[in-house]
Amino acid sequence: MNTEAITFTIDGKKIEARRGDTILEAADRAGVYIPRLCWMKELLPAGVCRVCTVRVNGRPQAACTQPAAAGMVVENDTEELRQLRRDLIDMLFVEGNHFCMFCERSGNCELQALAYRFGITAPKYPFLFPRRSVDASHPDVLADGNRCIRCGRCVRASRALDGKSVFGFTGRGPQKRLAFNGPNLAATDVAAPDHAIAACPTGTLIVKRVGYKVPIGRRLYDHSPIGSEIEPPAPEK
Amino acid sequence: MSANLQEAIGPVCESFGHDRTRLLDILLAVQQRLGGIDDRAIDAVAAELAIPRVDVAGVVSFYTFLAPKTRGQLVIRLCNDLPDLMMGAEEVAAGLEAELGIRFGETTPDGRFTLEWASCIGMSDQAPAALFGDVVVPRLTPGTARRLVAELRQQPPGADLHRLLVRAYGDGANAHDLVRAAVENNLRQAGEVIFAQAEPDAGLSKALAMSPAEVIREVKTARLRGRGGAGFPTGMKWEFVRAADGPQRYLICNADEGEPGTFKDRVILTERPDLLFEGMTIAGYAIGAEHGILYLRGEYAYLRAYLEHVLARRREKGLLGKSVLGKPGFNFDIRIQMGAGAYICGEETALISSCEGLRGDPKNRPPFPAQRGYLGHPTSVNNVETLCCVPRIIQRGSGWFASIGSRRSTGTKCLSISGDCTRRGVYELPLGTTLRDVLARCGGEDAVAVQVGGPSGRLVGPEAFDREICFDDLATGGSLVVFGPGRDPLWVASQYMAFFIHESCGYCTPCRVGNVLLKERVDRILAGRGEPEDLDYLRALATTVKTASRCGLGQTSPNPVLSVLDNFRPACEARLKEPFEGRQTGFDIAAKLAEAQRLTGRKSVHFDA
Amino acid sequence: MAKPKVATTSLCGCFGCHMSLLDIDDRILKLVELVDFDRSPINDIKKIEGQVDIGLIEGGCCNEENLAVLHEFRKHCKILISVGDCATNGGIPAMRNMVPLGECYEEAFLNGPTVVNPTGRIPDDPEIPLLLDKVYPCHEAVKIDYHLPGCPPSADTLWAALVALLEGREPELPYELLKYD
Repeated sequence: MNTEAITFTIDGKKIEARRGDTILEAADRAGVYIPRLCWMKELLPAGVCRVCTVRVNGRPQAACTQPAAAGMVVENDTEELRQLRRDLIDMLFVEGNHFCMFCERSGNCELQALAYRFGITAPKYPFLFPRRSVDASHPDVLADGNRCIRCGRCVRASRALDGKSVFGFTGRGPQKRLAFNGPNLAATDVAAPDHAIAACPTGTLIVKRVGYKVPIGRRLYDHSPIGSEIEPPAPEK
Repeated sequence: MSANLQEAIGPVCESFGHDRTRLLDILLAVQQRLGGIDDRAIDAVAAELAIPRVDVAGVVSFYTFLAPKTRGQLVIRLCNDLPDLMMGAEEVAAGLEAELGIRFGETTPDGRFTLEWASCIGMSDQAPAALFGDVVVPRLTPGTARRLVAELRQQPPGADLHRLLVRAYGDGANAHDLVRAAVENNLRQAGEVIFAQAEPDAGLSKALAMSPAEVIREVKTARLRGRGGAGFPTGMKWEFVRAADGPQRYLICNADEGEPGTFKDRVILTERPDLLFEGMTIAGYAIGAEHGILYLRGEYAYLRAYLEHVLARRREKGLLGKSVLGKPGFNFDIRIQMGAGAYICGEETALISSCEGLRGDPKNRPPFPAQRGYLGHPTSVNNVETLCCVPRIIQRGSGWFASIGSRRSTGTKCLSISGDCTRRGVYELPLGTTLRDVLARCGGEDAVAVQVGGPSGRLVGPEAFDREICFDDLATGGSLVVFGPGRDPLWVASQYMAFFIHESCGYCTPCRVGNVLLKERVDRILAGRGEPEDLDYLRALATTVKTASRCGLGQTSPNPVLSVLDNFRPACEARLKEPFEGRQTGFDIAAKLAEAQRLTGRKSVHFDA
Repeated sequence: MAKPKVATTSLCGCFGCHMSLLDIDDRILKLVELVDFDRSPINDIKKIEGQVDIGLIEGGCCNEENLAVLHEFRKHCKILISVGDCATNGGIPAMRNMVPLGECYEEAFLNGPTVVNPTGRIPDDPEIPLLLDKVYPCHEAVKIDYHLPGCPPSADTLWAALVALLEGREPELPYELLKYD
């Protein structure tokens, strides 16, 4: 039953999927990139960032949580959805304090990389300049709340992959904040090699003393856009 | 210290079987005992339940009625929804602040009083209203508010505040010994279904003589649709749940009405609790559930003892428990789950999260609750009013029910009407009634705008007054807020956006950020600093929030803004300014320089005349 | 036909973006052939006379003087471009946005470790421009036509954008030239 193949289309292209696949998983396998931020291969999808929003038979759905079904017609790379994704990326930029110019993750940051991919030169929304806290209490790991986009990847990775519960969220709405399983990060059992730290798509969770290790020009997204690891190389430039 | 803490918390956890899924009840009980939940209490609960402390902190900080810091002995929560603001809540607030010498959000130095705003406490027809602890004090004036607080101060700590706060009991069951509330029902119009006199439990008896499939068929034939606003066919939902695999199924009644301006469920809970529990029991029978949960919003905690009493009486009568009414094999009981101040928990999957002792985040769908709901079991979540229709349908027949209302919207609808009208209160009217008819009944004929269905509904002007209240035209969960001459639609939109910002769970990007951005731009226009392109900006932003949001809250929260753009555009355009010399009209230079002027004690070289 | 005129200024910035402009190496000779410079720190002209085709703004908007200069540029420039991260998002100076303005003043004029201020007061000298409550990106204060982010934007980025505009094209940046650092 689980191996039963089904087909559907994304932007007119025929996609083969296995029953139980989400749209995003099936698209990845077929070499169709659906932009995403809160999704990680090893983790259960959460539908947080909404960047992977596609239209399924006309209805907006998060591709990371929506199961693929036979015959569904999925729109992905349309002007409407590109605009929607740009808006969401803009929102994440103005919601936090993203100082790319000195961020250790710059060049390897998925939020920044998405903005590059979408050609965003400046967000259309006013900056909110929130006050967020930085926790430098731990000897090896730093948490900079200014850069957090609430994707919850660390929360899920700590539990699912590290067998810990280092991270969680407190507050709600615009006051929702990344929180630690203790009064501060040093009081938790977090460790630099944890999957939870590597899971952070931005520079929120940083291993100390290894920042800027990769020189500019050799970083993950310096030359090729995010998503090119999924898409087949373009026939020509 | 910590031994005391453990002494207080241990037994509470014990009484809930150290069940992590009852975390919300545990925290409410702990707060009751300790007066608040501070970090040490969070640690103690986490240790007692053997769960991460961050999970406990996450729940505590999600619900406004749970305090991460110890508050004053008495928390006064003044309602700031629109009808309350229209009736003078801000003046009452000023009175309270003056009397207590603190601002909202603060606690008096002696630790006795805390002032807070509450989103909507379900008293819009008797606004301004406040919760003093669990005690509802409606129809406040600045004078009465000050007097009450002054008198409370003279009382020794721990005194029974009831007598002081409740001078006269309200009508009906509000005067019951277990309610003792000053709340008025203001039931202006009883209809044929909910508020009609009916033989108690006749529907239940009849249902138990039928097969569950027959019950569902009857409900389907009556074309009963969910009264929460979305209008999903109830019978179909039950069929899905009944057909789902699982050793257990659950029925949850959503009594978390929270849209500003809605209060009809409060009146139903007060006056027709037996009808509701009868309906829940029939629903349990139909879907094959043994457990029902009434999710009661924290604002209605004053009704809890009374509702528990009604449940106990029903158990005694054999209407709940093992073999209900002697029907072999049909066991069904109901527990009350208290909410704790979170509008989002009215969303059915968030409500399930809350019942499971989690933050009130909605869940991803699929799976739908009918497949995997409460604790992973197939679950039907139904509205109070919907469940109250069921016994009447069974008793009097689907044909009778379907003959009321219109073809696709059968039955009656209970409306909560507040705002600028002379006869505020609850009206049970056949679906299909025109808005104009409703306005005539409630004395709101001179309305310039009506918010239909709470904030996620629509703000409509007089050109829409001949439209019908029903699922296919003006759909509503039941709240109608009337705005008379002089009210500003843009101000209304701004207030609703403030509500959504406060009530968004913050899980998904568009709702968490987008609502803040919508309000920013609405307020800009309101302040006379908008420019023509702001209208397109607002529409585009609203569309993104609606399209990309994960649950119904964000999918509808931009509606007040879109309503204003669609229905009250001239009111917006009249305030817009053309940009001068390429400057952003919205950039308020004077405001942005004010603080530096104050700090330096001088004027601006460039921008002061 | 007269050459197009370009004006540049640095508001709340570090002049790094101007350095990057100078970093176009020998292309600067070509640039001088293509355009005339109006008001710019490069030639020390203090005021824009008449209309300018392209204005380049480095730095965000931090005080009343920044705002006055920005207004002048907007009024006199047909195309106005935010150059660099400070102009597009406030940049490093915007880190003060997370600190109350009173504390900023006190640190600068009263409590800072290097402060010598016998008056013990925050100065009211009109020579010291009043601070805005926050550091703002330029496009929140005036209409901006294009943004060239980067700290600084590379010389190639600036060159590509300028050449495109001078040739009447949209200054769309290829992937490798759009960077925020």
